[in-house]
Amino acid sequence: MIKSGIPDDRDVISDDLYREIILDHYRSPRHRGRLDDATFRAEGKNPLCGDEISLDLRVSNQRGVIDGVGISGKGCAISQASGSMMAEALTGRTLEESAGYARAFKRVMLEGAEADLLPPELEDLKSLENVKQYPVRIKCAILAWNTLLEAIKENTSHA
Amino acid sequence: MNIRGDFPLLQTPGLVYLDSAATTQKPQVVIDALRRYYESQNANVHRGIYRLAETATRLYEGVRDQVARFIGAASRAEIVFTRGTTESINLVAASWGRANLKPGDEILSTEMEHHSNLVPWQAVAKETGAILKHIPLTDDGLLDVSSLGTLLTRRSKLVALTHMSNVLGTINPVSKIAEAARKVGARVLVDGAQSVPNLPVDVRSLGCDFLAFSSHKMLGPTGVGVLWARRDLLEAMEPVQFGGDMIETVELQQSTWNELPWKFEAGTPNIADVIAFGAAIAYLDRLGMANVREHEIRLVRHALKALGSDRRLTLYGPRVAEERGGAISFNFGEIHPHDVSTILDRRGICVRAGHHCCQPLMKRFGIHGTTRASVYAYNTEAEINALAAALDEVERIFGRAETPAKQR
Repeated sequence: MIKSGIPDDRDVISDDLYREIILDHYRSPRHRGRLDDATFRAEGKNPLCGDEISLDLRVSNQRGVIDGVGISGKGCAISQASGSMMAEALTGRTLEESAGYARAFKRVMLEGAEADLLPPELEDLKSLENVKQYPVRIKCAILAWNTLLEAIKENTSHA
Repeated sequence: MNIRGDFPLLQTPGLVYLDSAATTQKPQVVIDALRRYYESQNANVHRGIYRLAETATRLYEGVRDQVARFIGAASRAEIVFTRGTTESINLVAASWGRANLKPGDEILSTEMEHHSNLVPWQAVAKETGAILKHIPLTDDGLLDVSSLGTLLTRRSKLVALTHMSNVLGTINPVSKIAEAARKVGARVLVDGAQSVPNLPVDVRSLGCDFLAFSSHKMLGPTGVGVLWARRDLLEAMEPVQFGGDMIETVELQQSTWNELPWKFEAGTPNIADVIAFGAAIAYLDRLGMANVREHEIRLVRHALKALGSDRRLTLYGPRVAEERGGAISFNFGEIHPHDVSTILDRRGICVRAGHHCCQPLMKRFGIHGTTRASVYAYNTEAEINALAAALDEVERIFGRAETPAKQR
């Protein structure tokens, strides 16, 4: 393998960027599709790279928790894998818990918080920590989560 | 063309630089010129009466002569230094555009323009009430010139088009279009950001009225661009920046403008980078632009063969090397160009990924972006081979190009 001579810690880290868990979510995305009976929907876009996420959420009236997630879209492996991981983590959570997850993950990606401190439900998300080494790709990793926060904000402000 | 030894950055072991359409690497002579200026020639131009300032002025103005010769301009007065292609086009839009466009007038552009030759015209159209139209493309990425008959009318006041696409590599038939434009009385602005570095360009044979290009895409420093325009047009145009150096006399309430080209160069210019740009032009003159072009054709032919035979790839743009420049865009199945680019980077291969400042062009082809490899005089066939081989790594990591099938 040809190695670039540019001193760059990515040489070590890059092999770790597309980790198997990320590729697995990318190849076999969870909760893929739309929900006919969604309580609310939201769209997220990174116009500059063309990543798109459509998020459908169904919130159960009795229990106040998310009991259905549908996620679709297109884009790079990082954006789509992150969306798949998010869809998995949201099922069975309240909107408040979900927003808390989004904020915790964004703190890791944007503010240098330790990925190891993420709650166990976000275990898979820890694999995205290395994306931080690629500044232009961070917005790909947080696209789904921003879409979620937008959806929650819309929903609660209308309620 | 055996010139790699002239480029310090290309000595980096394992580095395969295939992004020259974005910016070229710099030969030692350009770096030396920059350093020499600051070490022994630095003084402000046009004003000092002392010898050091006269030297700086002579060197700075000497580059204007070089540029005029390089593109076949009738006079050095037609060469205006700017910050880059973008600023050159903006200058024309803000000055000529505002003064000459009226409601109902038409600006004719193309679907393959870089945002820098599109957005300024949107802005000036909005301001003046002019209408912006676009020459469509064929599926091969060529301008559909058959549409010119209906698009080009007496209402057309300006045709603004690129000479060579930064995405598709397409070389547009500028002189033919300019001839048709002249018949209806329209001016022609050519974005030469990609063509001037790669082709012998002569403004007289192009038949255009304005030509914009950048130093940093032709071995020179960043921060220097050129606007060439026909003298009569520049004479009639108002400056868009005001201040020192661009004036003749200044009173408290009014001023008169300096003569061409300084009327358009307000403030202390980018003296050091212009002088180093002169070293880049001298270097290209020594290579000979015909040879630069011949080398490019050879590399493009090789790349079209190597990448064109890879069934995992979709290539965009003309498939004949002689009809195109050194930018080769492709997609690897459904895999996002950013993922492809990141994997190639692991092999030391620098390519560009994304929309390349051509969002309408991406939309035309129904894609969000491409991976783009672009070559220049210092690249080799071995580097193309390294790119072709590294694409196997993309497949190794992402599986077959078809995956993921479930994308909407």
